Amino acid sequence: MSRAALLVLADGRFPAGGHAHSGGAEAAVKAGRITGAKSLEEFCRGRLHTTGLVSASLAAAAALGLDPVALDEAADARTPSVALRVAARKLGRQLMRAARATWPSAELDALAREFPKGAHQPVVLGVAARAAGLGAVDAAYCSAYESVGGPATATVRLLSLDPFEATGVLARLAPDLDRVADRAGEVARCAVEEGVDVLPAVSAPLLEISAEAHAAWPVRLFAS
Amino acid sequence: MHLDHTHDGPSAISADAHRPDGTRRALRIGLGGPVGSGKTATVAALCRALRDEISLAVVTNDIYTREDADFLLREAVLPPERITAVETGACPHTAIRDDISANLEAVEDLEDEVGPLDLILVESGGDNLTATFSKGLVDAQIFVIDVAGGDDIPRKGGPGVTTADLLVVNKTDLAPFVGSDLGRMATDAKAQRAELPVVFQSLRAEGGVTDVAAWVRGQLAAWTA
Repeated sequence: MSRAALLVLADGRFPAGGHAHSGGAEAAVKAGRITGAKSLEEFCRGRLHTTGLVSASLAAAAALGLDPVALDEAADARTPSVALRVAARKLGRQLMRAARATWPSAELDALAREFPKGAHQPVVLGVAARAAGLGAVDAAYCSAYESVGGPATATVRLLSLDPFEATGVLARLAPDLDRVADRAGEVARCAVEEGVDVLPAVSAPLLEISAEAHAAWPVRLFAS
Repeated sequence: MHLDHTHDGPSAISADAHRPDGTRRALRIGLGGPVGSGKTATVAALCRALRDEISLAVVTNDIYTREDADFLLREAVLPPERITAVETGACPHTAIRDDISANLEAVEDLEDEVGPLDLILVESGGDNLTATFSKGLVDAQIFVIDVAGGDDIPRKGGPGVTTADLLVVNKTDLAPFVGSDLGRMATDAKAQRAELPVVFQSLRAEGGVTDVAAWVRGQLAAWTA
């Protein structure tokens, strides 16, 4: 495995469309649930241990070579909100384009053929990590970090939050990120033997509900 | 750009000149420039001027609304299925330059769904003087400024004014009212752009978008040659 490849894939500037999404932060800011660094940290910690863990586990499992079609179904089953499923597939398709251009791979080509309009983003992320020569825990780290990095960056734009404070939030979440990535790696290894049903299915109902409302706003800064 | 090479697989990756089925894709022209300079009005006028000659579609990149897409729909310059809005997360320059994935999807989906197309106009949300389109997204770009935004903009330069394939100085009819010196703008633009073309236009005057439409026809002829 190449540590440098992990940096390339995890870089927020990797051109895979994430900049247009807030990970639920825009809806939470509007509802008054994120008002500053402290509430941003609470929001991110909640997201990390729910959808963050689910995504990281899916990514780790895909990186281990589990059937991406089964993983995509598992992702659907774990994403009640239609708006979030649409966003996840959209981001999956954008990541697919960037990954195929960056790390050409027969597995990525096959997945793109199977899902011309996009598979769930964490599944694509896992297959992309494989193509980059990365392991399951690396894929989990990328996914877990994205689950908090997106909302933090978006909140800087939404609230004009001090960017140093937002970065401090991410740094304070590092121990949680380590735990989530390790856990995701473990359950992904279990899934190799026992199937995708053993992957975590924790959810954050408020994220799902507010994503549905957000998708219907006539004026918004972020796509999700 | 890899103009004469295609990738295997279900969708083109970036700037390839051919679609997955081997046919030549549509020419893609970007329109950028500051807020309120008349990008959407120019797009609308181009659609009216060209829609009976060629098959075309539009992608808009609004900052936080669907305002531009809705304007084009309301004006009925094209059927609704030929207009797509891309959401940019408050950063149009990111969506047209640094991370073009959403825009590439939009142009490819348009070709899949309403194609074959000859031309796709990709309009950026209003941005600053440094906003330019990636060569992975468009084949040529138009930068639109207006006389009311200050007649010193051509002198200030910046990547849009300096490098765009066509510079449009819009709203020339307003020049006497805002004290803008068109001659000075033309001299400054020439100094910044050397041989690259500049069009002065007023969409409210006779002629309107004629010069820009002629330039687009020239680009199309070169693309299909």
